[in-house]
Amino acid sequence: MKSRMIETKRRGINVRVFEAGSGAPLVFLHGAGGLFAENPFLDRLAERYHVFAPELPAYGESTGEELLEDMLDFTLHGWDVVAALGLSKPHLIGHSMGGMIAAEMACLAPNDLTKLVLVAPVGLWIPEHPIPDIFAFLPHEFAQYLFYDRAQGEALLTGGLDLKNPEALSEFYIANSRRLSMAGKILFPIPNRRLSKRVYRLTAPTLVVWGKNDLLIPTVYAAYWQKLIPQAQLTLIDKAAHMPPYEQPEAFVTAVTRFLG
Amino acid sequence: MKFTWFNLMPWPYLPDDFREKNHSVWVDIPNTLYDPKKGHQVYHQYMDQLEYAESVGFDGIGCNEHHQNGYGLMPSPNIIAAGLARRTSQAAIAVIGNSIALYNPPIRVAEEFAMLDVISGGRLLAGFPVGTSMDTNYCYGQIPALTRDKYAEAHELIRRAWQEEEPFAFDGKYNQLRYVNLWPKPIQKPHPPIYIPGGGSIETWDFCLDYDYNYSYLSFTGYLRGKKLLDGYWDRVAKRGKDESPYRGAFAQTICVAETDQEAEKLYAEHVSYFYNRCLHIHGGFADAPGYRTIKTLQANVLTAISEDVQKLFPTLTWKQLVDEGYVIAGSPATVRDRMKDLIKGLHVGHIFCLIHVGNMPDWKTRYSTKLFAEKVMPYLRDMWPEWKDDNRWWCKPLEDRLQPEKTIEQARQDGRLPL
Repeated sequence: MKSRMIETKRRGINVRVFEAGSGAPLVFLHGAGGLFAENPFLDRLAERYHVFAPELPAYGESTGEELLEDMLDFTLHGWDVVAALGLSKPHLIGHSMGGMIAAEMACLAPNDLTKLVLVAPVGLWIPEHPIPDIFAFLPHEFAQYLFYDRAQGEALLTGGLDLKNPEALSEFYIANSRRLSMAGKILFPIPNRRLSKRVYRLTAPTLVVWGKNDLLIPTVYAAYWQKLIPQAQLTLIDKAAHMPPYEQPEAFVTAVTRFLG
Repeated sequence: MKFTWFNLMPWPYLPDDFREKNHSVWVDIPNTLYDPKKGHQVYHQYMDQLEYAESVGFDGIGCNEHHQNGYGLMPSPNIIAAGLARRTSQAAIAVIGNSIALYNPPIRVAEEFAMLDVISGGRLLAGFPVGTSMDTNYCYGQIPALTRDKYAEAHELIRRAWQEEEPFAFDGKYNQLRYVNLWPKPIQKPHPPIYIPGGGSIETWDFCLDYDYNYSYLSFTGYLRGKKLLDGYWDRVAKRGKDESPYRGAFAQTICVAETDQEAEKLYAEHVSYFYNRCLHIHGGFADAPGYRTIKTLQANVLTAISEDVQKLFPTLTWKQLVDEGYVIAGSPATVRDRMKDLIKGLHVGHIFCLIHVGNMPDWKTRYSTKLFAEKVMPYLRDMWPEWKDDNRWWCKPLEDRLQPEKTIEQARQDGRLPL
C-alpha cells in the first residue's frame, strides 16, 4: 500500500496516509498500537473502496502530537484530515481507540459521513466491567489480552523485530512510548471522555464489530454500544479477541462490505 | 556541608514473602497489610527520630510525598512537617516536597508551605517534585503526557502567589483563578529555597538553572551510579555559565554506621535487604508511564532510576555488593568518612540527604547509627567546600527571634502544668 504525507489546513499537522483502491471513500482510524507493518485487511477493502488510513500524530511518520491535547482536539483533527484529503461523506471505520475517535467525529458532525463501523471501540466505561489498564502492561503482557492466538499476536506486535537486540529493543521501546503517550491523552487513566453524553447525536447507520474472545474490552461493551446507538447492528467474530481485522481478516472484511454495500 | 536527616517512613511490617506473593509495593499493594493501630506507633517513632536527628546536630530534617504504597507513608508530608515545626526550632525543615501537579488548585501548596514557613520561623526548604510515575500517574490519575505541562503551570502560579503584592487573575490551562491573593505569605523572601528532586529527566537540569534552584538527585542505586547523571548536570551548569557551587546539588544516600565494618553488616544487613526486596518491589508497568518522561530523556538513555532490569537485580544483591558498589555507605566511622568524602567530591554536592533509617530498622539501631554519624562522621566532612563556605543561597534564613514552642512545652511539663 502506498503512502504520502499530507498537511492539515491551518493547524498544520503532518500526517502520513496510506492509500489504495478506488470507489467510495473509506477512512480507517487505527487503534492505540498504530498500524502494523502489514495490514492485509486494508488491501482487501481496497479491492472495493478507496481506502485511506491516516496515522495519528506520534504514530509512524506523523508529527505534531504536541498540538493535540484532549478529546475535542483529536476529534477535530480527524475531520481536518478528511478535509485535507478532499473527501466528501466518507465511510468511517475506527478500531479500538480509533473507534472512539470515529464515534466522536460522528457525534460532532453527524451529516458528514455515510456509514460508521466501530471495531471493538473504546470510550465507554462500565464500573462492573473495568477494562484492564494497558498503560500498566509490561511489553510481554499485551498479546494475551489482544489476540486469540497469542503467538500470532506476539509476532505482529513486534513487527518482526528481534527484541533480543538491545538497539532494536530500545527503538521499539521509544516508539511504543511515543504512541502510548499520545493515546494516554484520551485513554488515561480511564478511557472515558463522556462520549455517552454526546452519543445521541450519532445518527449514521452503524455497525459494531467485536471479537467473541476479546479479553481487553469484553463483549458486554458491545451490548452497551448497541443500547446507546439504537440503529446499530452487531457482528461478533469467532476466534478473535481485540484485533479482529488482523486475526480474522476474511470474516472482518465480509462483515464490513456486507454492511457498507 | 549541610546534612539533612531524611525519613522515608516505610511500612515496617511487610511479610517475609511479600515479594513472592504481591504484585507491587506501590499503587495496588493490598491495603489489608496496613494496620492503623501499628501505624499509630510507627508515625510517632518516625517523627521522634526526626526530632532526635535535630538534637544530635543535623542541619535539616526531611520528609517527602508518596501515595498508595508501603515504601513511604507520607501522602501528606506537610502534616509531618507541621508536627516537626512545633517540636523543633533549629533544624531546617526540608519538605522535598509537594508534587505540585497534583494539587487542585496548586495554590494550596503556596498556602501550606507559607504556613509551614511561618510556623517554623522561616526554616522551610520547599521541594517541588514532579512525583514518581506511580504516584502522579497511576495513583493520582494525571495524564502522563500532560503532567510536565501541568507541573510548569503550577510552578508559575505558586511563584507568583508568593511574590505578588496585589490580588491577580491567573488564566491557566489547568487552573483558572479570578483572585489569587496569598494569606499567609512565607517569612523567607522572595520565597523559601526551592529544591527540585530529579530521577533523571534532563529537562529538569535546565529548569533548575533557569531559576537557580537546587537539583536533588534521589536514587537508590548509590553514588557510583549517580555520578554519571550528576556529571551530566554539572556539564550543563558549566555550559550555562553558572557558578559551580556544590550547593546547587544534593544527593540522597543510604548510610549505616557502627563501631566496626563487621558490626555494620551484623546490625543493618537485614534492614537494607528488607528495603531493597520489599520496599522497592515495584511492578515494572507502574515505574514509567508512557509519556511521563519525554522522548528526549528516553533517547538520552539516562534512565538510571528504577527500571525493570534494576528491579530484577535487587533481590540478588548481597551485602558486599551493596556496599562495594555504593548502593549503601556502611561500616565503621572511618570507613563511612572515607566513602562520604568520595561521594561528596565525586558528585560535587554540598547537601546530603542522609537515609539512616532503612526499611524495618528498629528505633535503637536507627538512633545508634544516627548518633555515630553525627558525632564521628559529620564533623570531619563539614569543611569540604571551604571556598563556598559562605554560600547560603540554598539554605533557609530563619528569624533570629523565632519562638521555641518545643521548649515552652517541655518547661510546662517540668513545672507540672502539663500531664506527663
